[in-house]
Amino acid sequence: MLEIRQLTVTVEGRKIIQDINLNIGTGEAHVLFGPNGSGKTTLLMAIMGFPKYRVTQGNIIFNGRDITSLPLDERARLGIGMSFQRPPVVRGVKTSDMIGASLGDREDKLTIDRLAERANMTELLDREINYGFSGGEIKRSELMQLLAQKPEFTLLDEPESGVDLVNIALIGELINELLDKSCPIVNRKCMGLIITHTGHIMDYVNARTGHVMIDGRISCGGDPREILATIKKQGYEECAKCVLGRTTSA
Amino acid sequence: MREIKSSQTYRDKARAASAKPAAHGDDIDLGIYVSSAEEQPYQTDPSQLPAKAKEQMLGAGVILDDTSQRSGTFIQMDNTPVHSSSRQDDIEVMAMSQALEKHDWLSDYWWQAVAVDSDKYTAHVELNQSNGYFIRALPGYKTIYPVQACLYLAKAQLAQNVHNIIIAEEGSELHIVTGCTTAFKKEPGLHLGVSEFYIKRGAKVTFTMIHSWNPEIAVRPRTGVIIEQDGLFLSNYVIMKPVHSLQMYPAARCAGENATVRFNSILVATPGSMMDVGSRVLLDARGARTEIISRAITTGGNIFARGYIEGNAPDVKGHLECRGLILQGEGMIHAIPELKGTLANIDLSHEAAVGKIAEEEIEYLMARGLTRTEATATIVRGFLKVDIEGLPPLLSAELQRAVEASEEDLT
Ligand SMILES: Nc1ncnc2c1ncn2[C@@H]1O[C@H](COP(=O)(O)OP(=O)(O)O)[C@@H](O)[C@H]1O
Ligand SMILES: [Mg+2]
Repeated sequence: MLEIRQLTVTVEGRKIIQDINLNIGTGEAHVLFGPNGSGKTTLLMAIMGFPKYRVTQGNIIFNGRDITSLPLDERARLGIGMSFQRPPVVRGVKTSDMIGASLGDREDKLTIDRLAERANMTELLDREINYGFSGGEIKRSELMQLLAQKPEFTLLDEPESGVDLVNIALIGELINELLDKSCPIVNRKCMGLIITHTGHIMDYVNARTGHVMIDGRISCGGDPREILATIKKQGYEECAKCVLGRTTSA
Repeated sequence: MREIKSSQTYRDKARAASAKPAAHGDDIDLGIYVSSAEEQPYQTDPSQLPAKAKEQMLGAGVILDDTSQRSGTFIQMDNTPVHSSSRQDDIEVMAMSQALEKHDWLSDYWWQAVAVDSDKYTAHVELNQSNGYFIRALPGYKTIYPVQACLYLAKAQLAQNVHNIIIAEEGSELHIVTGCTTAFKKEPGLHLGVSEFYIKRGAKVTFTMIHSWNPEIAVRPRTGVIIEQDGLFLSNYVIMKPVHSLQMYPAARCAGENATVRFNSILVATPGSMMDVGSRVLLDARGARTEIISRAITTGGNIFARGYIEGNAPDVKGHLECRGLILQGEGMIHAIPELKGTLANIDLSHEAAVGKIAEEEIEYLMARGLTRTEATATIVRGFLKVDIEGLPPLLSAELQRAVEASEEDLT
């Protein structure tokens, strides 16, 4: 389980998120809504451990262990994984190399080929990672790397934005697989935090809790469908009153 | 050793240029090197060469124990050719002295792709000829396996002055691997090598050169290539071991329509190494094409990575890509891509980038569980992996192995 306590994060000296509390229990998937620039990506980057996202206050606790000052790669090896909204192009490094890296000790050509087939990415295996990829290709490539990595906790940054309706089902299935939704609830170990604007992903992933982030603050958990309905009807204004008015509670 | 005959005119021109500095690179005092070395015994069976020499040569891509995957072999130690052989009648592989005796017409190719008075180094080679190789594919003949050639410096303080000529007759296909290396770890030496390539109509030549010197050796290759109609020249150059001072700027001229040239270079400069390496292409006939790609890495040495494409005929196309990585230390990479067009309907472009590995890229790989060191190594490996279109798979694999063998020292 992941516990975030009173987390404040600054980027380049600017305070972006403030005093955030969030608990994600074992086997749970939560979704995170919020307007552009509200700090959603920042929260994910801070959980993953990117050095540029500096935690100036608060703690991140993963399965009982305080990981607030643990380096990025150690967090990855501990079982935290992330799909990037805008991953960098790495010239010369092929998609298959990235999947190989994500597999770690389990690296093996057959596994790579199978994963690629699963994500409809076979033609992209020999391409330089993210170089000239379309939006949808980036999403599938990110999910394929995560499937190779098999994290226990998955951070997904807008996995369905820019994906057409045909591909959204595939994306949804891949995420489901990642979050281990085929297992009965009692056996489920995998957790996730998913940023979404459209909520489409909720048709595929059984997320029981939703949060809204506004101006770097987060609301307490609620029914994600109700939250989405409110946002759709009244925009984020209504949420703002609630989030900013009450600030935070656990 | 047999004398190499050259005309009085070339000798006169060479004498006149004997003090002419090169356009690029430190000026080397030729006076400090000796020009003669002991004769080395000829070996009919190249696997009988000394074990140490064979090991050095293997590091530069020259395989002597089992030559079944080679069409021919030429080995020169210091200034003596110690072995030459060809496994096919349609391919000639021999010492230059021998070739000049065999073919009267060879003088017609002498100093035609490289000017004898280019600089003091070409002049020095003319005035101190000490062999080199002659490789020729007869018309229409296509080799499957490469011909290998090795120029080996065995005597310290020696100036090795070789003149090579490569001719691919019409419609032929020739793959060449050359390894240039040395017996000693620290002593100074000088390698001067003139190479002239003549690619006839519809012929294809791939030339893969691996240099493996030492921190005191100065190297001044001088290469010229003339490509006729529909011909293809593909050069791959790799230097990943220390060198004192290396400067070369091979020049290829697409003289016939649709002639194509590709230059790939992989340069790694360790502390103390000074490299000035470029590729120059003149697109002089309709439809000629070129692509120049260089990858430079410094771990403390200095690199000038040059490139020059000139378009002088309609419908020509050229692209130049120079990428440099500064891994650590005080190293310098100076990319100098140049394009010159003299007509409207040509298409020339370049891209150049120099810097350290982007932190964002390292972090991306770290987020997948790699340590910083592993992430850096993966990115460096990718940087050095140039997909070489047109190179036979066997050579591609050998080249990749040579690069990977040296990669480990980098990170
Ligand atoms: N790497 C960064 N460098 C500078 N500013 C950043 C960086 N990342 C985020 N920010 C700033 O932090 C704020 C929140 O951004 P972000 O977390 O990306 O929001 P969201 O994902 O909710 O759209 C924005 O004002 C953004 O400009
Ligand atoms: Mg975002």
